[in-house]
Order: sequence, then structure tokens, then C-alpha cells
Amino acid sequence: MKNRLLWPLLALVALLLLNLVVTPSFFSLRIQDGHLYGGLVDVLKNGAPTLLIALGMTLIIATRGIDLSVGAVAAIAGAVTCVHIGSSEDAGTAFAGMAIALVLCALLGLWNGFLVAGLGIQPIIATLVLMTAGRGIAMLVTEGQIITVNNNAYRQVGAGFVVLPISILISLAVLGLVAFTTRKTALGMLIEAVGVNPEASRLAGVRSRTIIWTVYVFAAVCAGIAGLMISSNVSAADANNAGLWIEMDAILAVVIGGTSLAGGRYSLTGTLLGALIIQTLTTTVYTIGVAPEVTLVFKAVVVIAVCLVQAPKARAVLSFRKVAVS
Amino acid sequence: MLKKITTAASVIALCALTACGSGSGTGSGSGNTGSAGDTITMGFAQVGAESGWRTANTKSIQDEAKAAGVDLKFSDAQQKQENQIKAIRSYIQQKVKVIAFSPVVETGWDTVLLEAKRANIPVILTDRAIDSDDTSLYKTFLGSDFVEEGRKAGDWMVQNATGPTNVVELQGTTGAAPAIDRKKGFEEKIAAKPDIKVVASQTGDFTRSGGKQVMEAFLKSQPKIDVVYAHNDDMGLGAIEAIKAAGKVPGKDIKIITVDAVKDGMAALANGEINFIVECNPLLGKQLMELAKKVVKGEEVPARVVTVEGTFTQEQAKAALPTRQY
Repeated sequence: MKNRLLWPLLALVALLLLNLVVTPSFFSLRIQDGHLYGGLVDVLKNGAPTLLIALGMTLIIATRGIDLSVGAVAAIAGAVTCVHIGSSEDAGTAFAGMAIALVLCALLGLWNGFLVAGLGIQPIIATLVLMTAGRGIAMLVTEGQIITVNNNAYRQVGAGFVVLPISILISLAVLGLVAFTTRKTALGMLIEAVGVNPEASRLAGVRSRTIIWTVYVFAAVCAGIAGLMISSNVSAADANNAGLWIEMDAILAVVIGGTSLAGGRYSLTGTLLGALIIQTLTTTVYTIGVAPEVTLVFKAVVVIAVCLVQAPKARAVLSFRKVAVS
Repeated sequence: MLKKITTAASVIALCALTACGSGSGTGSGSGNTGSAGDTITMGFAQVGAESGWRTANTKSIQDEAKAAGVDLKFSDAQQKQENQIKAIRSYIQQKVKVIAFSPVVETGWDTVLLEAKRANIPVILTDRAIDSDDTSLYKTFLGSDFVEEGRKAGDWMVQNATGPTNVVELQGTTGAAPAIDRKKGFEEKIAAKPDIKVVASQTGDFTRSGGKQVMEAFLKSQPKIDVVYAHNDDMGLGAIEAIKAAGKVPGKDIKIITVDAVKDGMAALANGEINFIVECNPLLGKQLMELAKKVVKGEEVPARVVTVEGTFTQEQAKAALPTRQY
């Protein structure tokens, strides 16, 4: 277990070191208007939505599923909330809007769960439906416009600070909650059992379907909260671009973290590391000034490198060397 | 039995998917394609709805088509070239009288435009140009002169610079014509004054969150930033948020120049948070319909038609804001 997380951790450290070498000021932190301000804080703030979505994705992937609709759900959450808030500056309206959005997201999660657990459609197809249709729904809600709001209570979710960014505090709280409920109770084991063999676990008395429904609803609510962060960060709902491709980032974060797409064992710490690596990578590109034309290649090279060193064969070679040296 | 239900369900899901695809593909239903009446059928492949500017552009085209009695088939490519190519191919199959589109990127259009040419369907480019040696692929290009917009921004910079000035640039989508040309025009003008330097330049993908994230990174990696030059208002608005979070005053500590002049941008300009906006006029629907009629009749049209555009200072924005349409 420890060994599995070593390489993602080293990759993260390597990326941070690269920043330190190119921009020494990257690690400098200072207090600005009562909160921490610096490059690392940006990584945490902007990585919070990816982390949150990746948490939901981890549990789904552990049940041998996948959810492609999270980006669209995030867009819907932001759109619904901003349309509800409108020109209101009242905190109550903001909270009501967010509550409506999250209830709606839970319903969308139920829909995914229904297609996957109820009808038995393959997860990648079942969630593709909402991935395509969801963005359309978000566009309908906003009527294709970017909805700008000016509401201080809403701004706090994605851009606010209590020393640290509120968004990362929310994500870490959810991480703690998931870690507690799945690792301190039997739930985590049941989820893994469903992922390893749904039929066998059902025969053994595990309610596979209920568990699958639950993880899809949970993932959709996570995506909803992430959508609120993304939209609140710029005080605007952009149905077209909010959470675009974030499902890919989230899946990547889960995979970098060492959870297998084949289901079964999962690692929450791994997902945390994976999400941090992805955001650090993006921030690194901006900080060290990689030319926009080669940004995607740069990112791909780093991702390939991280995945390669984690591959069983590469690991076998590396650990053989270690044995040989010692 | 269960297998049958599963198959049926996936068929339904797939139908739902394709329905979404074609639903957004055809805007105004039954077109009397092929008939030799006065009605012109126009296929329009829009880039997407990535910004308020684009939405105003879409609305202008739809409204003016209705006013001019043009049967408009409208599609939204969601910023993807393959979607636009698909839309254009479907217009060719539907035998529309004229195809108009705003190319999402500059290159890669030769094959599909050759297909249109062989089918004798004239093509009009709107708002963005393509990079092709074969100018017979399209009849005319209606749109803004992006290089000129960049020059206008550069002119203002040169006139208002006092002493050494460090500029950071928020580029549009990498490879898009407005991003390339606005960069080019700006650099052309500031070359006259060697103490104005572009110290960092990254893509913010024309979105607010993109602009904010890139600006956050710039604020940490660049020791001194005097001016932000954003290729559209939305990225500028994102940068304003980042500058505020850094405890600086946008428009004073860091001056901001943007291009577009959408309503949110104009409001920020009137508030003093942006210093100068170069207009990029999206209301080209009327000109487009006139051109389409001429092209269908076989009349000669100029190869390049430029839309009428100006610039706004803070005082001009205050005066223009109440009557702003978009």
C-alpha cells in the first residue's frame, strides 16, 4: 500500500521542485487581507473541484463503474444556482439556490444509478447520456448566456477564505467524511466486494444495487458542489465551459492515485495525490511559462511518465534494482 | 430475458443520444430544401456559446434571418472542429443554398469545403478566417479585422505608457484566428516603444475561469505587472477577480485592456476596473443575410467585408452602457 503511493508522491514533489527551481517565489506565502496568499494556495483552491469530483469517481470506479456526466452535472449546479440568485445580494437566496441545485444533482445521480443498477446498462454508456444531455440542460437553464451574479455569500464557496480557501476546506472535509464512513465501517469493504464481483457479493448477502445507486448519487452531489465552486470562483455560470473535461481530470486523478479501473481496491489518499498532481501540473504550465502551443504535450509527457513508473512491469524492474543495490 | 431488456434499454439510451445531437443540429425545423422559391436555406455552423459576445452574435444571425425570410438551419459545435465539420457535411447533404460558419480554428477546412464546392454550395465565413492557399473555397469573409483590433489596443498602450511597462497577455484559444491576430497587431504597435515588454503570455481559452487561473499564476511568478492585455472581456473579468484577491486595485495598480465590449465588460469599464476596450462587433446578422442573398443570386461580392467597429474609454463606456444591446 505504502509502495503504491510512493511514485505519485515523488511525481508531485518533482513538479513542485521544478517550480521552485524556475520560480523561487512559488513557495513564498504571505498573509493578504487575513488569508494565506501564494502559489501553493492557488494549487489547493483550483484543485478543490477536481479533488471533490475525483472522490466521488473513486467510489464509482471501485464498484467497477465510471461516471462521465460529472462535468455536465457541475455545469447544471452552477447554472441553476446563478439563475436562482439573479441580481439578489441576499445570503438566504444564495443558500436556497445552492440547496435547490444540490437536490437536483442528487436526482441526476439517481437517474445514473437507475440506468446502471436498475436497468443494467454499462456505466460508460449510461452516464454518456447525461454527459451529452446535461450540458444541454445547463444551456437551457441559462438560455445560452453567461449569468453573472453579485452575491457575497455565494462568492465565498469558491473564492472565499478562512485562512485557507473555503473550497479546499470543503473538499478535505468530504475526503475525511468518506474516509471515515468507508474505512471505519464495513461500507468500504462492501463497495470493494461489489467491484470485484457483483454477483458473488449479491449471493453473499451484499445489497449490490443499493450500493451502486448510493455511489452514483454521492458522485453527483460531489460534482454539484464542485460546480458551485467553479461558478462561484468567477461569480458567473458558464454553461458551456464550466467543468468541461473535468470528468477526464477526475478519472486521471483516480488512476494516478493507484485505483484500478477494473474495480475493487481503491485508495483515497492516492486520489488526493492524483488531484494535486493534476492541478500542480496546470499551475506549473502557467508559472514556468510553457508556450501555449506545447502545453498539452508537456502535460501528456508528465502523465505518461507517472503512469509508466506505476505500471507493474516498470515497478518490478525498479524494485529489482533496489534489491540489487542493497 | 434480462439481456433483452438490457439491449432494449441501451437502444433507447442511444436513440436519446442521437436525438440530442440532431435536436441541436437543426434550429428551425422543416426547410423546403431544393425548391426553387424565393426562400434561401442557410446552414450556419456556430462555434459554440463560449461568451456573451458569441451569444449576441448568434441572436443577431437568428433574428436577421427571420427578418430577411431566410430559412436558417443552426448548429452549435461546442468549440470542437469535428462537430463543425459534421454540421457542414450534413448541410451539404441537405442541399442548403448557402453555408455560413465561424471556423473554430484556422486550419483543417480544405477537405470539407472542397466537398461544398463540388456540391455547388457557396460558403461564407463569418467573424473568423481560415488559413488556406485555396481562396476559391469560400465566396467571402465577413467579420472583424482582428489584427486591426490588436493594433488599436497597441496604440492605446503606446500612447498611455509612462516609462518601462511590463505587460502580461491572456491569449484566446490556442490556434484560433482572433488569438493569433490580436497578439500580432498588438506586438506590431508596441514594437515602436522598446520599454513596453510582454513579460508573460498564456492562453486563458477565452473564459473567465481560464483568465482568473492564469492571472493568479502570473501574479505569483512575475515580480512587476503594469498592464494586462486580454484577448476578450471574459478573460479580463477573470483577471480582475485575481487582481482583487491579490490585494491590488484593477484599473489603477494594474491597468487592463480587453477586446470585445460585451455588456459585463462595458460595466467593468464604466466602473473603472478596465481601462480600455476595443470593440469587436457581433451584430453582423444583417450584413450576412444581404451577402447570402447576393451570393445565392450569383452576384459578385468583395472577398473581404469588414464590420464597423470602434473603441471605448471609461467615459465613453458610461455614456454607451445604457443602450448596449449585448
